[in-house]
Amino acid sequence: MPTFVSHPEEVIVLKKRWGQGAADIEKYLELDGYKAVQEAIAQGPEWIVSVMKASGLRGRGGAGFPTGMKWSFVPKVSEKPKYVLVNGDESEPGTCKDHVIFLEDPHSVIEGTMIAGLAIGSKLGFIYLRGEYRYLLKIVEKAVADAYAKGFLGKNIFGKEGVDFDIITQTGAGAYEVGEESALMESLEGKRGVPRIKPPFPAIVGLYGGPTVINNAETIASVPHILMMGGEAYAKLGTERNGGTRLFGISGHVERPGVYELPMGYSLRKAIYEVAGGIKGGKKLKAVVPGGSSCPVLTADEIDVGLDFDQMGKAGTMLGSGGIVVLDETVSIVEFALRVISFYQHESCGWCIPCREGTDWIKKTLGRVYAGGGTKKDVDNVQYLAENMMGRTFCPLGDAAAMPTLGFVKKFRKEFEDYIDGHKAGTPIMTEQQLVGAGH
Amino acid sequence: MSAIANSIFSPEAAARFDKLATIYPVKRSALVPMLLYAQDEIGYVSEAAIQEIAKRLDLFDLDVRNVLSYYSMLRTKPAGKYNVQVCTNISCMLRGGYEILDHCKAKLGIGHKQVTADGQFSLEEVECIGACCWAPAMQVNYDFHDDLTTIKVDAILQDYAEGRGKDVK
Amino acid sequence: MADVTITVDGKKVTAPAGTLLIEACKTAGIEIPAFCYYPGLSLQGACRMCVVRQEKNPKLATACTTAIADGQVFFTETPEITQARKATLQLLLGNHPLDCPVCDAGGECELQDMTFKYGAADSFYAEPKNHREEQKWSPVVYFDRPRCILCYRCVRMCGEGMDVFALGIQNRGSSSVIAPNSPAALNPDDLAHVDCEQCGMCIDACPVGALTSGTYRYKTRPWEMNHVATVCTHCGDGCKTTLGVRSTSDGAEIVRGDNRDKSGMNGDFLCNKGRYAFDFANHDDRITTPLVRNAAGKLEAASWEAAFDHIGRKLRMDVDTRGGETIGVIGGNRLTNEEAYLLQKFARTVLKTNNIDHHRTADHVAFAQALAGQSGRTASLRDTLTSKTVLVVGGDPSNQSPATAWNLRTAVRNSGAKLYIANTEDIKLRRQAKAFVKLQPFGYGALAGFLAGDDSAGSSAVNDVEALKTFRETLKAAEGLLILVGSELRGGDLKKLVEFGLSIPDAKFALLSDYVNSRGAADMGLLPDMLPGYTPLGSERFAEYGKASTPGLDMLEMFDAAAAGKLSALYVVGANPVLRYGIDSAALKDTFVVVQEMFMTETAVLADVVLPAANLYEKAGSVTNHYGDLQQVNKAGDRAGVRSDFEMIVRVADKMGAHIPTLIPFGKGLRSDMGQTRGAQSGEADRHAVWLTAQNLEPRLSPFDPMAILDEIQRLVPGYDKVLRLQLLSGNDQHLETDSTLVQIAGQRKDLVLPSGDTLFTSGTLGHYSAMLLDLQANESRRLPVLDQTAAD
Ligand SMILES: Cc1cc2nc3c(=O)[nH]c(=O)nc-3n(C[C@H](O)[C@H](O)[C@H](O)COP(=O)(O)O)c2cc1C
Ligand code: SF4
Ligand code: FES
Repeated sequence: MPTFVSHPEEVIVLKKRWGQGAADIEKYLELDGYKAVQEAIAQGPEWIVSVMKASGLRGRGGAGFPTGMKWSFVPKVSEKPKYVLVNGDESEPGTCKDHVIFLEDPHSVIEGTMIAGLAIGSKLGFIYLRGEYRYLLKIVEKAVADAYAKGFLGKNIFGKEGVDFDIITQTGAGAYEVGEESALMESLEGKRGVPRIKPPFPAIVGLYGGPTVINNAETIASVPHILMMGGEAYAKLGTERNGGTRLFGISGHVERPGVYELPMGYSLRKAIYEVAGGIKGGKKLKAVVPGGSSCPVLTADEIDVGLDFDQMGKAGTMLGSGGIVVLDETVSIVEFALRVISFYQHESCGWCIPCREGTDWIKKTLGRVYAGGGTKKDVDNVQYLAENMMGRTFCPLGDAAAMPTLGFVKKFRKEFEDYIDGHKAGTPIMTEQQLVGAGH
Repeated sequence: MSAIANSIFSPEAAARFDKLATIYPVKRSALVPMLLYAQDEIGYVSEAAIQEIAKRLDLFDLDVRNVLSYYSMLRTKPAGKYNVQVCTNISCMLRGGYEILDHCKAKLGIGHKQVTADGQFSLEEVECIGACCWAPAMQVNYDFHDDLTTIKVDAILQDYAEGRGKDVK
Repeated sequence: MADVTITVDGKKVTAPAGTLLIEACKTAGIEIPAFCYYPGLSLQGACRMCVVRQEKNPKLATACTTAIADGQVFFTETPEITQARKATLQLLLGNHPLDCPVCDAGGECELQDMTFKYGAADSFYAEPKNHREEQKWSPVVYFDRPRCILCYRCVRMCGEGMDVFALGIQNRGSSSVIAPNSPAALNPDDLAHVDCEQCGMCIDACPVGALTSGTYRYKTRPWEMNHVATVCTHCGDGCKTTLGVRSTSDGAEIVRGDNRDKSGMNGDFLCNKGRYAFDFANHDDRITTPLVRNAAGKLEAASWEAAFDHIGRKLRMDVDTRGGETIGVIGGNRLTNEEAYLLQKFARTVLKTNNIDHHRTADHVAFAQALAGQSGRTASLRDTLTSKTVLVVGGDPSNQSPATAWNLRTAVRNSGAKLYIANTEDIKLRRQAKAFVKLQPFGYGALAGFLAGDDSAGSSAVNDVEALKTFRETLKAAEGLLILVGSELRGGDLKKLVEFGLSIPDAKFALLSDYVNSRGAADMGLLPDMLPGYTPLGSERFAEYGKASTPGLDMLEMFDAAAAGKLSALYVVGANPVLRYGIDSAALKDTFVVVQEMFMTETAVLADVVLPAANLYEKAGSVTNHYGDLQQVNKAGDRAGVRSDFEMIVRVADKMGAHIPTLIPFGKGLRSDMGQTRGAQSGEADRHAVWLTAQNLEPRLSPFDPMAILDEIQRLVPGYDKVLRLQLLSGNDQHLETDSTLVQIAGQRKDLVLPSGDTLFTSGTLGHYSAMLLDLQANESRRLPVLDQTAAD
């Protein structure tokens, strides 16, 4: 089970009910649960969307799209039913925040889903967890059942005539790509997790062809809190155009890894050195992958940057999923880059050529370099491949593989070249034998 | 009455499948969870399971195979009673994931995707399982074990070997 | 949709709003490369070859998924785009075996062409390629996995196009693979197989050589073939097909059938028979020398001269001594119109008999009668693609008229056509139907009656009469209704159904039958009671035939007469009535039988003289499919020792002392400007005409030139007077309407319709000689029992 950590610098909104047994509906109610949704029923869709817009909440799934705006794209009237979809597929390496939300505060996800439903005029929501989260599914299933038992879900919820809302929960079965919103819809429709052509976007044509709002579990879990505290108040916790707080999972070579709630724009350096207790064993920092493995790496000199979507973008990387992975001086970037591309190679859905073949060839080439058979030309080749994947794949997974690769090769080019020359920086972790398995 | 005569699944699983096929706006939606539950019961997705599931959902067997082969948790060959899945992705890697994997290999005497002779354990190197902040981590079947050390792994495997291990289903 | 104008590479392009950019560009002559895009199938956006830059768009867009809107500006060939395509190709080639020199697709491979165009030949991968053994999925479908570029065309073609869903995509990422529906693990031979209709559409759609055809693979290189456009012989749809022909020591062998130029009315469709079952032509059992029964009662090889002489003398004698009415003539459903016409003219004017018939596979006569006096009421095969509403009563198009079924599926899928079906069987097309009425056994007559307004007939047609009423009302209100009628409806029933249809404004009809020219055989008057064009016997129009107005014997009566010793001679051209009608061989013992045939069929073995015949792929002329669409037949294959039925009939007539210029109005110079086209296509005799033209001598049509008879057909046969010669000769189809001047035939005609009962893997007697069809039948028998499955969404 996850070990809980906290730090005085944290600003607690989402974590408000953690560690208090709020998975139990009675406890949740005691802690002001299901008040936001009742307020939402009373105030109506326009109000909900306006609060969400004012909150400056941006999607916590990775892309940071403003949530209120996303909801407002859904057509008011639609021939086909509308749906709310909660993306709990959390698979981006370095990310484990949704894990804790489902564990500690599943009702906040349920309540958020209902509010999203009210906002767009949907009567059915889905909570989709990654297949590995079976034990969390059981917790969520129980929470949903309890909510039904209380009359919070189903027909005439909270006794309000004509207000209906149902929730279906389920898991995937092992596929990173299914975290991509349209691939998730395909999976939910019982198909291979291959993304869809866009446009049309889900807000217009989504699940079963109906208008669909899809949000990350953390995004959804934030919603009840935002309605309770007010959009402006939430927005003020963060920075301009980056409202509120978010969960950052700090992992890797830090003294106190864990999931921390920090205001948007919080300093990355402070997050590593103060919140997470600094580099493990007093070693030197080498690099940081700031928002899940798909984000271009930052070197030790580049960490004076605020943790919000815009500042990270300016710094040439991304806020992503908020999974901060810290690398100390012992890490071989060649090896690390290989492990990252192995993941994307394994997870590419195979639909489009640049991603399917590109990830495969980068992995093969880096694998050879790592095993000692590389030439300098290989470094160029890897860069060429990554550059030619960027922006040209069917869905952003190709970019997610190309971006970190480009980051590693560009920022640590010398290390690659030295490695090829036999001067290996860092302490390799994978053995030759393991390398075969990496990415399977 | 089950929607299918002579189901290969247990009455409980068959009943669950009957229900699953009705809750979605489109029946086919039940496919991925159904495959996983079928695997939980049989240990893998057998040919008979494919055919029954296809029938339950009005699909071609081929449709089921197409979907089945896409998801990495689904398998068509039996795994051990306890499938040990060690994460070696970046956060775990940095905190000893490979050491844990190696340790499991040595301890169980099997490699990636292999099964022990007695069928008790199988081993898999897996991608990130969403326990990065408690790395290194592994799952035995659906149960998470984190902040692992080799000593902790020994105790965990011992527990399972002796039937004391937790097995979420 | 309204037209919009966009700018592509500085050029203004106008097309309806919402047109896919790739299509709009194609129309404007701007080619955008694409692997996964295939017109008419669902969009993929997977190969990324079609990337273009749209002004103000931060990323490259895919032309195959971009719907155009007014004022958009695109660039399709910039250095950036060229680089993107080049990189994509380099990635593809990384694992590609580059075995072009031995690949069937070499020379007509889209990957090869693109690699050439974008100069993506350099490779920077040191790793070995993933090799996989080639797999034989069926006798006709082979899969070479390393060549596959995963464009998914095959998967969509099979699923969306054919409604078969036998191919899928399995695994993911770089392990993704196209997989057939019968996995190795389930087969005793431990090999994967494809259980399907074996149409080969996947092979045609494959842009590379990943899917290859059992009949063609490793046989030749594309540039070593001649390609001849002609018409498939197998079913009533009469698809246009392109035959790949290669010279051999004894003629020209057909090695491939496909439809890649999509120039015919079947568009990109061909079924398995069209694609593979030309192989009967190359069969070793072909008869290549005339055979005459000797004194010992054995058939023995004879010279052409001797054989013709023998037949001529015998027939002359029979006509003179016993009278023409003791001679019977049976024609085939795979003859050209010219041959069928000539045969009945020969019978009527030289043999002086009306004892003429053919194997009737639908009641074309009743159909013509029912539509007498109407115009614009018959449908072309093309209409099946464009009609808004289609009613199919009887028949089983997926099995018997596959192109019709393909068009109907396409219309439903891509143009929202509504399909209604009434059948006694659960035919496969019901899966596309908006409503399906399951009729009681033999319920067609009752249905026709009910539709035509007789409510009391309802309960004999179906269980649920109320539902049938709704069905009828829906149809009555339908816009642009097309009614396809199966051969189950005949005589009065057929007329009633047509009557119902005629009450709906603009409704059109077609009557489905079997074989390429069964409609032509009826149109050309291979009938005992009707002259060409369904003209009554004794009509002024055919005054030049003489005035015999007594109907002759029909097929069965001829055999009865033979059995009774009253048939002196029977002349059979391209038909196998002995097998078809289960004739006792003893019935013919007193009859002189002449058979023009390719093989020693059940009928041929009983003959006194067998003349080796060319098949439809070895001659020129025209055929009329069951819709009434006329198409040109061109000579593709050749076999030493055989002659066209046309030539043989003329030779026999000549030996009988007939006046040939009367039988064949040749040498009249009518439309002689077309001489060259004719000559190039019509075999030896006409090459002479070409030579004459070249020598500045007056072109003379030879007596073996079908075009000479076509002149007469145009002059005399109602409906065929509308033939546009240039349309025909350019290889285009044209729809003809029977212009029946029919007076009602007194009394009830006998129902002699006997459908062929062919499936996708049989084709009448010919099918017995197609190794590929036999293989496919055997392949079917190894199919695993399957659960009763339906299509996925
Ligand atoms: C390859 C890929 C994987 C993704 N995985 C996840 C995921 O695991 N969880 C998630 O919430 N979003 C994931 N996303 C982002 C989703 O597509 C989508 O943007 C998000 O769920 C929207 O929710 P939000 O607006 O609340 O962030 C992924 C995107 C891509 C391209
Ligand atoms: S087999 Fe051919 S058509 Fe099918 S996906 Fe592969 S390359 Fe494309
Ligand atoms: S043709 Fe557009 S992506 Fe393949």
